Amino acid sequence: MTKTAPAAGFVRRLAGTLHRRPRLQLSLLLTAPLTWLVLAYLGSLSALFLSAFWTTDSFTSSVVKVWNTDNFTTLFESDVYRQVALRSVGVALAVTALCAVIAFPVAFYTARIAKPRWRPLLVVAILTPLWASYLVKAYAWRLILAEGGLLDWLLGPLGLEGPGYGLTATVLVLTYLWLPYMILPIHAGLEQLPDNLLDASADLGARTGRTFRSVVLPMLLPSIAAGSVFTFSLSLGDYIAVQIVGGKTQLIGNLIYSNITLDLPLAAALGTVPVVIIVGYLLAVRRTGALSSL
Amino acid sequence: MRMSHAWKAAAAAGVLLLATACGSSGTSSSAGGFDPPDLKPRKQLGKTEGKVNLIAWAGYVEDGSNDPKVDWVSDFEKQTGCQVSTKTAASSDEMVSLMKTGQYDAVSASGDASLRLIASGDAEPVNTKLVPHYKDVFEGLKKKEWNSVDGVPYGIPHGRGANLLMYNTQKVSPAPDSWSAVFDKASAHKGKVTAYDSPIYIADAALYLMKSKPSLGIKNPYALDQKQFDAAVDLLKDQNANIGEYWSDYLKEISAFKSGNSVVGTSWQVIVNAAQAEKAPVKAVLPKEGSTGWSDTWMVSPKAEHPNCAYKWMDWIISPKVNAQVAEYFGEAPANQKSCALTAAKNHCDTFHAADEPYWKKVHFWTTPVAQCLDGRKDTKCVPYAKWVQAWTEIKG
Repeated sequence: MTKTAPAAGFVRRLAGTLHRRPRLQLSLLLTAPLTWLVLAYLGSLSALFLSAFWTTDSFTSSVVKVWNTDNFTTLFESDVYRQVALRSVGVALAVTALCAVIAFPVAFYTARIAKPRWRPLLVVAILTPLWASYLVKAYAWRLILAEGGLLDWLLGPLGLEGPGYGLTATVLVLTYLWLPYMILPIHAGLEQLPDNLLDASADLGARTGRTFRSVVLPMLLPSIAAGSVFTFSLSLGDYIAVQIVGGKTQLIGNLIYSNITLDLPLAAALGTVPVVIIVGYLLAVRRTGALSSL
Repeated sequence: MRMSHAWKAAAAAGVLLLATACGSSGTSSSAGGFDPPDLKPRKQLGKTEGKVNLIAWAGYVEDGSNDPKVDWVSDFEKQTGCQVSTKTAASSDEMVSLMKTGQYDAVSASGDASLRLIASGDAEPVNTKLVPHYKDVFEGLKKKEWNSVDGVPYGIPHGRGANLLMYNTQKVSPAPDSWSAVFDKASAHKGKVTAYDSPIYIADAALYLMKSKPSLGIKNPYALDQKQFDAAVDLLKDQNANIGEYWSDYLKEISAFKSGNSVVGTSWQVIVNAAQAEKAPVKAVLPKEGSTGWSDTWMVSPKAEHPNCAYKWMDWIISPKVNAQVAEYFGEAPANQKSCALTAAKNHCDTFHAADEPYWKKVHFWTTPVAQCLDGRKDTKCVPYAKWVQAWTEIKG
């Protein structure tokens, strides 16, 4: 007891000082996270951007720190990088659209139709695939999509064949992988939707379709935008799923990965492409007004 | 601070994402030129460090975890007290970049990596006196252009072999005997052809053109002038239409051949063995055009933290018994001439032409292409490896 008394006095005095000086309190609170943000996050981004202006020794592939813009010239002038960038954006948009279309009915059921006591369980069920390893899920799809695999076997009686490895398979697998990130925000948005708005819409004579277009969709837009930021950016950066099920398809991530061993500066220049695209995407989302509810 | 529910959920999803995402760190680098940096071989060995970190091709460092019967690491660990940890690399490029990190003690570098490692100072000269079994290595493997500079050895030869043409015996008939099965006649198996996913594969196309289009005048598949290079790249762009997937992960190639997604393509003997062990209906041939191949060298990093264990490992891997085991498992010719008496299959050394120097003249070992033509031409410039890398991206499209 005698030992704890001075300590307690010190803590009390410290608390008093902090209470009188809210600025000190705030700076103590924010120093650590801000340092982390600036050093680890912005620091690595700027290191990436800087190294994009260096070059490599063509024989030893060691980085030579000579300032030049050759990497960006290569990026803009060769067709293959443009094609791959467009293909990646196409895949990211397709995955986002598919996720939104699939996620809406699922979220509608979990948020509004299912009995309230089942709802948390359903959300947990949707999240469970996220606890399994990404690689396990991608390799499972490799087996499903294989020649004579599960999908071929299922579609066989209908006279159809699975898509095999390629671009379609990539979109399919990425949609599967990122779907929970879309369902979750839409579920939350639908949960918040006041019942009386739907009732009012019905009272005024609107049919289901009209209610969906004029009431549900505008109110859900922020949720869909939030989900789409995840699905879009995750798909744009992915290079593993496409290696496993994409056949010979190359996306922007694969180009970065294949260059990082030999030509780090070119890989860095390539790495700025998705950054620019994501920033553009976020600005576009902002223009829709979806971010104003933040 | 007001935060809508949707964004809270999104933030929660973001936290989950952090938890499930995996990251990788970049590689460090060192400056280097074309002249090897001034490094000295070690004069003597000290006490072993209890640990050694290796970079190796799949099948070179087997501790029984892939197949309990295939194990030459456990005895090494028992005898020397050096715990072995191995990073399996899929390509020479990966080996070069891994060695640059300085976290590894030794690497089994092929000819297209070894010179780059020497030039950038990521491999040091070896003192062959400290590797007692070096005296039994075939003379044809000692002090070659890919493992020495000006008569100074930079590594210990491991073994050599050829890239093979693997095919599905049920789907591909008659059995192919030419690389045309993956080039001019590849359309017969459209979407089921596979190829090695590395810029060095351009040499395979050049080798095929060497025989099928003599007018191009290709003498060495690693010394291509612009016209010859363009012809090889065009051939590979045509091939791309028939490719199902490229492979660099050997496990992926095994699974593709097992499921029938790939039926014909380039391969290594170790992959053939593994696929056959898993009951895939495959066989492999050395096509009549000859082949590209590898001659591997164990090299030590000047930054090695465990150089004594690394030297012990190099001596161990070329000791007659172990070199016989690894050569048989990987499907290559051993480096140690005494290994030939110790292989399980008595004719292994004959099958793989271990002592047959004229045979190896037909196999074009992986080498890093440089601007100064390797075939001795002085009147033209050859396409350097950096351009091969760019072209490989374009071929895949």
